[in-house]
Amino acid sequence: MSRRTLGRIGWNALALLVFLVMIFPVYWMISTAFKEGRNILADTPQFVPHPATLSNFGDAIHREYFWDVVKNSLIIVTAVVLISLVVAFLAALALAKFRFYGRGAFIVLILGVQMVPLNALIIPLYIQLSRAGLVNQLSGVIITYLTFVLPFTVWTLRGFMLGIPRELEEAAMVDGSSRMGAFLRILLPLIAPGMVATSIFAFIQAWNEYLIAYVFLNDPEKQTITVWLADFTTQRGTDWGPLMAAATLTALPVVVFFLLVHRKIAFGLTAGAVRG
Amino acid sequence: MSSGPGGEAGFPASAVAAAGPHVARRRPRAVGERTLHALAPYLLLAPAALVIVAVLGYPLYLVGRLSFEQFGLAELITKKGTWIGLDNYSRLFHERQFWTVLLRTIVFTVVNVGLTMILGTFVAILLTKLGRFMRLLLSTGLVLVWAMPVVVAVNIFRWMVDYEFGVLNWTLTKLHLGDFINKDWFANPTTGFVVITALIVWGAIPFVAITIYAGLSQVPAELLEAAEIDGARRWRAFKDITFPLLLPIFVILTSLSIIWDFQVFNQIWLIRGSEPEESYWLMSVYSFFEAFKLGEYGYGAAIAVVMVAVMFLATFVYLRQMIRMGETR
Repeated sequence: MSRRTLGRIGWNALALLVFLVMIFPVYWMISTAFKEGRNILADTPQFVPHPATLSNFGDAIHREYFWDVVKNSLIIVTAVVLISLVVAFLAALALAKFRFYGRGAFIVLILGVQMVPLNALIIPLYIQLSRAGLVNQLSGVIITYLTFVLPFTVWTLRGFMLGIPRELEEAAMVDGSSRMGAFLRILLPLIAPGMVATSIFAFIQAWNEYLIAYVFLNDPEKQTITVWLADFTTQRGTDWGPLMAAATLTALPVVVFFLLVHRKIAFGLTAGAVRG
Repeated sequence: MSSGPGGEAGFPASAVAAAGPHVARRRPRAVGERTLHALAPYLLLAPAALVIVAVLGYPLYLVGRLSFEQFGLAELITKKGTWIGLDNYSRLFHERQFWTVLLRTIVFTVVNVGLTMILGTFVAILLTKLGRFMRLLLSTGLVLVWAMPVVVAVNIFRWMVDYEFGVLNWTLTKLHLGDFINKDWFANPTTGFVVITALIVWGAIPFVAITIYAGLSQVPAELLEAAEIDGARRWRAFKDITFPLLLPIFVILTSLSIIWDFQVFNQIWLIRGSEPEESYWLMSVYSFFEAFKLGEYGYGAAIAVVMVAVMFLATFVYLRQMIRMGETR
């Protein structure tokens, strides 16, 4: 065998090993979710669920507050995505399609605020919300989530808008359309895929958030799915089967969405960085 | 990219056009339209600016002010803190625990960022060496890991290192790496932090690897080939061509990793069942504990301010680059 072939086999073997190590925790979650209790608590771990069972998923879904927290998470996430999408769309339009005084400063601001750690803001946000009487309210959490969702959404949408050639708009205006008409007929359909990708990414961020929901929502029936999941361990110890089933259910929408959009998002982020 | 502040191409051009005869002919309509056009970007930005001031600007100001105040549970009810100047800070700097936690957080950040960058770069290079199928397989695996919510990931790792039935202890024992039967990884903070580091680095590798890989595939092949013809060694080609081209990406990724790892909270908090022992505290946990468990919001705010200050110092290069970017665009 030539050195080249050997080298290729070596790289592939290494890649397979890296793949297996990286993917194993995810596999272990899913396989545990399908195992029977006695096979989960076994001295020798069972690597393939046999016999496979759905009872862990049943336990997870029937655990207290499951539907409440799913509903709360969906309400919060939908509201956050809609608000930030509308607000960010307008701002991104200004940043991508206009030249004006203060534009550079605003871009620095948008980038800068994304660096502020949420953990440093949790104390003032809590005090602000408690003054406004919004602690233990979904609306308080919705407002607070804009802290990390909005700047990111503005930045990404701006990247997508910069990707649209100006000539297209100008062509429409030469045809006698007003700026608004050109915008509606040309820009909107072109930006739509970017908006879908951005809103899905915003969805993922809001769905995954833990700390704010944990601090701001006190009643178990008002909490979100991540807080519910983190709270799974009971006095009697951890019931790993149902916990892994619940974790699988929590991750499922995120994974599906993420696989759909991660390329687009990478594009939106870099489009803003390369052009300009 | 290279144009300095004020060197924007679009602005002077439109100024010239405005002074030309073309506009003068349509003056009656143009004045109102131009005012509107000049105002439009500000009107479009207004809602976003308002939200950012409300949910970021004001809280940032408030955390600064709180750090100079006596603000406890009583003040949470009366809604008014008492100004005590630098008392919170001087108390903090005299606390032995603060220095321990700060040092621990710095070491933790260095180790995690270092491992993330090294392993991420390694995986990125690996991706360039693969055929189509293996590359797709590996990158799909990376994206799956990237997509795991933190709360989910923490629970998976807790289960894998479970002292009784965890798969890790069984595997390590089977591999004859020692007797790991019923080993409790969290009995001692050093091994506990090994698990936490594994969890964080595992979760961070995909983003770093995929971003560096994207950068690597942008390096023009002709350049590398030309270098090869010139007889440059592979290492030199990497050092003189690939690395300088990738440097901005490395700066961004390292800075972002520092920001993320320096403020790690969820992983520590959750893996210790929402009651981390003091030997597991990092800055964010320390601040959170003082504020929300002891009701010392002012003191917790002072810790948070120190945390942000240290972080900004550590990412100074990145910040400067970012400001320059904002100015030129």
